[in-house]
Amino acid sequence: MTAVAATGSAAFLGRYEGLRTRLPGARVAWVEALRERAAEAFRQSGFPTRRVEAWKYTDLAGVAGAVFGEPLTSVEDRLEIPAAMHPRAVFVDGRFRPDLSTLAGLGFTAESLADALPRLEGWLGSLARPASEPMAALNGMLFEDGLVVHVPAGVAGGVLELLSIATESERAPAYHPRHLVRLGAGASLTIVESATGPSGARYLHNPVFEIEVAEGARLNHGRLQLEGHEGVFLSTVYARVGAGAAYDNFTLNAGARLARNEIHVALTGLKAEAHMNGVQLVGDGQHADTTTSLDHAAPDCASRQTYKTVLAGRSRGVFQGKIHVHQVAQKTDGYQMNQALLLSPEAEIDSKPQLEIYADDVKCSHGATVGELDADHLFFLRARGIPEAQAKAILVEAFLTEAVEAVADETIRTALTRGVAGWWGRQGVAGGLEEA
Amino acid sequence: MLKIENLHATVEGKQILNGLSLEIPAGEVHAIMGPNGSGKSTLSYVLAGREGYEVTEGSVSFNGQDLLAMEPEERAVAGMFLAFQAPVELPGVGNANFLRTALNAIRRARGEAEIDAMQFLKLARARMKVLNMPEDMLKRPVNVGFSGGEKKRNEMLQLALLAPGFAVLDETDSGLDIDALKMVADTVNSLRGPAFSALVITHYQRLLNHIVPDRVHVLSAGRIVKSGGPELAQELEAAGYAGVQAAA
Repeated sequence: MTAVAATGSAAFLGRYEGLRTRLPGARVAWVEALRERAAEAFRQSGFPTRRVEAWKYTDLAGVAGAVFGEPLTSVEDRLEIPAAMHPRAVFVDGRFRPDLSTLAGLGFTAESLADALPRLEGWLGSLARPASEPMAALNGMLFEDGLVVHVPAGVAGGVLELLSIATESERAPAYHPRHLVRLGAGASLTIVESATGPSGARYLHNPVFEIEVAEGARLNHGRLQLEGHEGVFLSTVYARVGAGAAYDNFTLNAGARLARNEIHVALTGLKAEAHMNGVQLVGDGQHADTTTSLDHAAPDCASRQTYKTVLAGRSRGVFQGKIHVHQVAQKTDGYQMNQALLLSPEAEIDSKPQLEIYADDVKCSHGATVGELDADHLFFLRARGIPEAQAKAILVEAFLTEAVEAVADETIRTALTRGVAGWWGRQGVAGGLEEA
Repeated sequence: MLKIENLHATVEGKQILNGLSLEIPAGEVHAIMGPNGSGKSTLSYVLAGREGYEVTEGSVSFNGQDLLAMEPEERAVAGMFLAFQAPVELPGVGNANFLRTALNAIRRARGEAEIDAMQFLKLARARMKVLNMPEDMLKRPVNVGFSGGEKKRNEMLQLALLAPGFAVLDETDSGLDIDALKMVADTVNSLRGPAFSALVITHYQRLLNHIVPDRVHVLSAGRIVKSGGPELAQELEAAGYAGVQAAA
């Protein structure tokens, strides 16, 4: 029998129809209902086209036109996994691998979503909005696993690593992990997340996070997107931040052929805070998109966003940042800055800040810059004997410094510095400044 | 050491240097004086290899090498150093890291052993003490928030650390008080010796009281119109450029 493999939304919807009785949570009524709602949304939207405002600058036609397969349960045990510095949860091709994870003895709960699923009613799906975000709909329809973290009130959770590893696969697997993180009142946690894959492998990694940070709690969420060069990374984070609580997201968006880092944060309690910073390193042939949406839904909240994008070769970057200040959100203090550095005439950046303010007593500012390396700066370094490539690396590092220094957590900052250095290595530049 | 012959250069299509010839033997310090617009800064940038300064005719030989064929970093490695008139600020680039990176880039290119962080700090601190620079200037980003005088001190620190064979000082004295002026002079004088030469570009004579040159040249409309001993600087101070140009 020969058949043309189905692509795009039809293929994923067909997979859902075929698998629905076997997906985790099948025959659990609320899970089935949740999946069906997501499927209905995805039937309506399909993969968004560029006519959809939120996807104007990021074209998913290539993803919609590709054939993806099911991930196999990986038994690969020759994975190159960096040594564990902290407790960690490891996912291979989207599935939790207890044998590679070290989650014993934590002062809080961290477990596989597939295992915990029956107990997640009212939690799973409480923040994701499949009707507005098609990729969250796709995830809601087909999720199979993920990490569930619950740090009880008052507990200092320390550092938790979340590793997502893609393996070499002929099947071009697509996987849609759903991660849930809940911090009780006054709790704290640092999550260092990394997503990696082999350079030649084709795959679609479509994670969705639902994050709740209760009153007075603090979550540091560092993300290193270092997917393989043929990978597609489409990630959606939803976070709700309560009174006096803080959510600090830092994303290094450096891997994948096509990457979208979409973050929706709602500040819902008095004096809640959000810090959303990031660096996008976009090399030849890559497309990187950061899209943030911040809801100031309570008074006296503060938000800080600094995003820096460096583009080399023939590449494209996108930053879309929306701040919505609700009428109740008096005394809002919002700041957003996005800056792009173009290292090549063939690189392109689209930048779209958007403020919607319905309260009258607010302080909100935003700015955007696009530029090239300063010729005077470059000449100064070269005139001191520093070779051109190294001088450029130094100036790019300097450009990124502000965003990197905004990262409060040292574990995340260190991981990030390493990620940036690795990117330079792949661009064929040995390094920038020497430490003195 | 440096031999400039019949140098013509344009900036943005405008002819600035018009057949400048100048030879500076090893071990000598020469001064170039001239009014604004005579081509002083253009000469310094042409020697350092800045983009946008196009040589249309003539040659520059540096220790027997064709200087104009070299990239700016190759010139630095070969021993050419330009002390900038207006040093740039580099936010996000720590001064100490920059200095060590520059020093090691040059050492590497010359096949010399690299300096580790400890050795470097020791060396830098010793130089800074001589230059009367506070140590926190190492920790700050290069020239960011530095006063005019501090930027020039930082240039002199680079000069002292990189110890080039040839230094061009492009109006390093502009805007400096007498103490800073002496610091610049002390740095240059401390390097003087048979293997070091310098070209001191200045508008005023006062720096030359402290760095006494072997030769003084007057630049006008892109060429040397008069040369002489240190006494020529005194004459210029008394008669002004107009007087010298008229006599030339």
